[in-house]
Amino acid sequence: MNKPQDTRKKYCRFKKNGIKYVDYKDPNFLLKFVNEQGRVLPRRLTGTSLKFQRKVTQAIAKARHLALMPYVADALK
Amino acid sequence: MPESQYLCAPNQFFSPPTFTPIVMEVRNYETVFIVTPVLNESQVQETVEKFTQVLKENSAALLSTEAWGLRKLAYPIQKKTTGYYYCLSFTGEGNIVDVLELAFRRDERIIRFLTTVLDKHAVDYNNRRRNGEMNLQKAAKETEAVAH
Repeated sequence: MNKPQDTRKKYCRFKKNGIKYVDYKDPNFLLKFVNEQGRVLPRRLTGTSLKFQRKVTQAIAKARHLALMPYVADALK
Repeated sequence: MPESQYLCAPNQFFSPPTFTPIVMEVRNYETVFIVTPVLNESQVQETVEKFTQVLKENSAALLSTEAWGLRKLAYPIQKKTTGYYYCLSFTGEGNIVDVLELAFRRDERIIRFLTTVLDKHAVDYNNRRRNGEMNLQKAAKETEAVAH
C-alpha cells in the first residue's frame, strides 16, 4: 500500500534529461544503478524505462569486463 | 517455338555478372585496453605506439588517444591490482577490428581490451565530452554523466 507521503512520481532519468547514451567508461555514474553488492538494481527501484535499463545493463557489463566495476563486492557505496 | 513452351518470360535484362567492388562502411570505433603495470613509462608508450601503428597501417583514422594512467582494477586480473588504461577512438572499415584484436591478443603486455562500435549518440557524446561541454550540464542538472 502506498504511504501518503511516499508518492513522489518515479521517472526515467534518461528520458527526463534527454540523455541518449550511457557511457560504460563512467563507473561513478553507473554506481547509481547498482546496489552495495555490485548487483544491478531492478528498474522498478530506479524508475528507468526498459530501453535505457537495457543500455545501462550493457554498459555495466562492459565496465565489469574492463575492471572499472566489480562483479561482486561488499560495501560498494 | 510457341510462346507457351517458356516456363517464364524470357529475361530481357539478363547480363553477364558484373563484379562491383565491395564497399565496407566506415564506422566509428572505440577501444579501451589495459597494459600491465609492471612496465616502465617508456615501455608502456612503446606498447601504445605499436597499436597506433597497426591502425595506421590499415588505413584507419585515429581520432583521439586518451591515457587514463595507472588505475586500480576493481578485481585482480592475472594477479595484478592496477593497470595502465588507454582509450583509442578511431574510424575505419569493418575489417580492422579483427586485425587490431589479433594484435591485442598476441601481445602479452595487454591484459584486457574491449572494442566497441559507436552509434551516432555515442559519437555525439564523445565529441561533447572532448569539447568539455559535459560539466556545464552537470551544474544545471544533478544526474548527468560526469566527464573524466
